Amino acid sequence: MEDNTVLEDLELVYEKPHTLSDTAFHYCPGCGHGVAHRLIMEVVEEMGIEEQTIGVAPVGCSVFAYHYMMVDMQEAAHGRACAVATGIRRLLPEKYVFTYQGDGDLAAIGTAETIHTVNRGENIAIFFINNAIYGMTGGQMAPTTLCHQITSTSPYGREVEAMGHPLKMTDLVAHLPGAYYVTRQAVHTPNAVRKCKKAIRNAFEYQKLHKGTSFVEIVSNCPSGWRVNPADSIKWLEDNMLPMYPLGDLKVPGKN
Amino acid sequence: MIKGTVKIATELCKGCELCISACPQDCLALTNNINLKGYKFIQLKNDACTGCTNCALVCPDAVFTVFRQSKSSMKKAV
Ligand SMILES: Cc1ncc(C[n+]2csc(CCOP(=O)(O)OP(=O)(O)O)c2C)c(N)n1
Ligand code: SF4
Ligand code: SF4
Repeated sequence: MEDNTVLEDLELVYEKPHTLSDTAFHYCPGCGHGVAHRLIMEVVEEMGIEEQTIGVAPVGCSVFAYHYMMVDMQEAAHGRACAVATGIRRLLPEKYVFTYQGDGDLAAIGTAETIHTVNRGENIAIFFINNAIYGMTGGQMAPTTLCHQITSTSPYGREVEAMGHPLKMTDLVAHLPGAYYVTRQAVHTPNAVRKCKKAIRNAFEYQKLHKGTSFVEIVSNCPSGWRVNPADSIKWLEDNMLPMYPLGDLKVPGKN
Repeated sequence: MIKGTVKIATELCKGCELCISACPQDCLALTNNINLKGYKFIQLKNDACTGCTNCALVCPDAVFTVFRQSKSSMKKAV
C-alpha cells in the first residue's frame, strides 16, 4: 500500500541503509541471510565507513553477497574467506575487513582457515551465519547440524555415533588467545535483531584497536533446508537451535 | 496514542509473513494480489500502526520504511 500516508507531520523512523542495494535478494522467503546482510550494512552506514570497508563473500547461499552489499567485496573459494581476509587486512591495515560465511563454509571445509585466523588474532571481523545445514546445495548435513536433525544426507536424523556431534565453532574459537570478542546472536525476533546489530557494531569498532579477531555467530533460519514454512522456522529455531546454541557473549574485552 | 505508518516495497516482498507475528498492533496482512515475482505481498490492514519498526527489524527483504507522527504535531493535537 504505497498511498497510505494519510497522517500528517510524519517523521522517518526507519529506512533501509543506502549501503544495501535495491536489487531483490535471491534468498528464499523468510531466510535469515537477508536480515544479516541488512544489519551489517546498517552498521557500515552508521559508522560512515563504506569507503573503507572490504567484505569477503563465501561459497554458499550468500555467494552473491557482493550484489547486495554496496562496499568493496572479494569472493573467496569455499571455506577460504578468513585466509583471503587475512591477506587483505595485512596489506591494507587501515581498512575494515570482514568475512561473511555460512556454517558449511566456515565450520566444515574452512575449519582450518577459521581456527588459524582467529588463533593468529587477525584484525578482522568474522560473521558466521549458522543455519545448521548446507542451504545452497540442497539441505545436506553440516558439522553444525543438530542431533537427530533430518537432512537430505541424514534422512533418519543425525546419529552421533556415526556422524559425530554438532560442532560449536564459536565456543571453540572463544578459547583461542587471538580472539578478542566472541558472541552468539540471532535475527529471529525484533529484540534479537537489535542485540545482533550492537554485536556487529562492536566487531567493527574493535577493529580499530588492533587487538585481535572479532567473531560474531548469527544463529539463522533456513526454511527451505529445514522443510518448514518461514513462520514455523522461527519456532523451530527457538525450540531446537537455541538450546544447543545459546545466545550471548562468550568473550568480551576486559571481562575474560 | 502514537500514530505511525509504513511504506512497503511490495515488489521486493516474498510474503514470508514474519512481520505479521512481529507486529504488536496486528496491522499487517497478506493481500490476495501477487507481485511480479509471483508472491502474495504484505499490506497494512488497519490504521493501528504506531511506527514501532518491529516489522522492519525482522523483514528479511528490507521492504519496510517506517514513519511516526512527529512530536510537534502530537502537541498540536492535544
Ligand atoms: C570446493 C567446493 N566444495 C564443495 C562445494 C559445494 N558447495 C557449495 S555451497 C556448499 C555448502 C554451503 O553451506 P553453508 O556454508 O552452510 O551456507 P548456506 O548455503 O547454508 O548459507 C557446498 C558444500 C563448492 N562449491 N566448492
Ligand atoms: S536454502 Fe536456506 S539459507 Fe539458502 S536462501 Fe534458502 S532459506 Fe536461505
Ligand atoms: S511499525 Fe510496528 S505497528 Fe506499524 S506495521 Fe510495523 S510492526 Fe506493526
